[in-house]
Amino acid sequence: MTLAFKPDETFRDDYTYRNSPAAIRRFPFPFHQDQYMYSVNMEPHAGGPAGSVYEHAFDIDEHYIAEMRDRAITLERDPGRCVSLPHMMDAEWDTLELLMESMARDYPDLFVLNKDGERWHWVNKPLGIDQSFTFGDAATLPCPPFEYITRQTQGDFVIMDQRDNDLFADAGMITSQADWSLTFDVGMSFMEWHGPVPLAHELGVFERALKYLLMLQQGRPVRRLNWTMTINPRLDTAPETYPEWGQDRASVTPDNVGAKVHLRVELQTLFRLPRSNGMLFSIRGYLASMEELATYPRWAKRLNRVLGSLPNELAEYKGLVRYSQTTLDWLARHDDGAPLAVGTQPE
Amino acid sequence: MSHASLNVEIGRIRDLAPGIREFSLRRSDGADFPVFSGGSHTVLSLPLGDRLHRNPYSLLGDPSVRDTWRIAVRLQETSRGGSRWLHEAAREGMRLDISAPVNLFALNRTGRRHILVAGGIGITPILSQARELARLGADFEVHYAYRAPEFGVFADELEALAPGRIHHYVQSRREQIEFGSLLAGRPLGTHFYICGPAGMVAASLNAGKSLGWPDSHLHSEQFLAPSGGEPFDVKLALSGHRFSVPSDLSLLEAIEQQGVDAPYLCRGGACGQCELEVLGADSELIHHDLYLSADERASGTKIMPCVSRLKGGCLTLNL
Repeated sequence: MTLAFKPDETFRDDYTYRNSPAAIRRFPFPFHQDQYMYSVNMEPHAGGPAGSVYEHAFDIDEHYIAEMRDRAITLERDPGRCVSLPHMMDAEWDTLELLMESMARDYPDLFVLNKDGERWHWVNKPLGIDQSFTFGDAATLPCPPFEYITRQTQGDFVIMDQRDNDLFADAGMITSQADWSLTFDVGMSFMEWHGPVPLAHELGVFERALKYLLMLQQGRPVRRLNWTMTINPRLDTAPETYPEWGQDRASVTPDNVGAKVHLRVELQTLFRLPRSNGMLFSIRGYLASMEELATYPRWAKRLNRVLGSLPNELAEYKGLVRYSQTTLDWLARHDDGAPLAVGTQPE
Repeated sequence: MSHASLNVEIGRIRDLAPGIREFSLRRSDGADFPVFSGGSHTVLSLPLGDRLHRNPYSLLGDPSVRDTWRIAVRLQETSRGGSRWLHEAAREGMRLDISAPVNLFALNRTGRRHILVAGGIGITPILSQARELARLGADFEVHYAYRAPEFGVFADELEALAPGRIHHYVQSRREQIEFGSLLAGRPLGTHFYICGPAGMVAASLNAGKSLGWPDSHLHSEQFLAPSGGEPFDVKLALSGHRFSVPSDLSLLEAIEQQGVDAPYLCRGGACGQCELEVLGADSELIHHDLYLSADERASGTKIMPCVSRLKGGCLTLNL
């Protein structure tokens, strides 16, 4: 596979991020039907159609270089976006091993990993990195192993420690989150971390999800999709920088809604880690503007119906209330009301 | 298969003591084994007669040795066949399917001090935990109890890992672990781990509880519940299919083998997608899911075929 990277696009200031037609086509549109509600929508992460975001363990796309640069900018401004508690060092190496092995296997033209016992050699061609190091010896890398490899992998990451029949968010690299704070949440249990989510607790979603995840086995990762909406193609929508982006929600007008409002979909994958018995939680985000989505009429119709029937609690929690009517007015122009068959396909 | 499986060849078999054998396993395809954490086990599928028998065994070797896994098996007098097969029928060069590592007896990595206790063959997970704690430079001690000197089969390997931190209790010398004193006066942040005969485990946990230890700091070995079960028959009322579900397949897998398109998502009993309506059942429904409510289970009209099955006889489904 040949990827045409767009190294100069931006996720702040002038927001030059755009999706190519191929990127729109593979966008992980999350709505199977015209209504949305929380469920334990987890399934085995065992590959997917060639070219889809599910094909490989960790998806690398045309935005790779630009996203890694935006992460570096965010970390420069706030190093606290990467945190790892002291008992997580084995899990850090587990993560580095899983990511390097996966990327080198799935994208051999971009990443190369050679091992001679504990002496490893890693080449990241898109970012121009050539690193020899000793696996297990953090002093041989320019920064700790989890930060090192997640500065080179698209998506946010949390590592959960498993103990007391619970999962604790004890490490994270979070620079493109949907308005939650790693600094605030680090060390929390599964239920504490998900405390603010409305309706899902009452449905028993988190209780079942936790029990399912506690039994997650090595070599059998699972995945689910989650979603929200973001104004402008911005990755850093953290509470810490709310003053920089919160006001954008009031900037949506009938004239700019198609370009400004983005559906933000997270492909969440979970992997059991071998040395630490911990769990890697990858939150791989995809952004597409309303105009981009509407190049496939099926998606515009579906999104119109999902947003129009979304429970108020969910719209509040996801921060959509301020601009949802303007968005619905725009989407309604693309919806003829004809019934849509079940499924997320673009056509 | 419900669990990722690896095909292995039995390498060296060593008789360590009367009734205790160690097996070295290598992957048939020559690939490396996955890394595992201290306290992990693997599930062996043993060919007993016309059915597969699944037995879990702790991985006792060094996880950084990637070409060999080691397990030790004690011949159980009341064996249903698994340990007897390994002692009497298993030969070097035979091939078996085994599962990826599973750890339901993991160390708590936030612990300040770790007390490990092994009784007899219960040394196997304790050995891998001790190896991990030694590698991490953690504060730990091991208490190892066995019947007679010749049964302390991993004493030398333990001593090499943690010289001076291994305490031996030899029953034939009338030495015994006094859990009341072992667990008394320990600092906050101490974790206790035990694997051994049921009576010994119960005595230690009772002693801990009566001394005020929180449950979260008292750990005993757990194995993954076997995924299969007794075979049973199925009739699909709508499509007319009739077939049997063998002991090593799930109901969902057996339906899929018939070419019937049944819904599913998580394959772990949590999402609710694969729910099927039960029209008739000759015996008890064995529910292993996390989804159905107590009332739904009691109604006997619903089953999650990815993890649940029938005790025996015939199950009729509205599919």
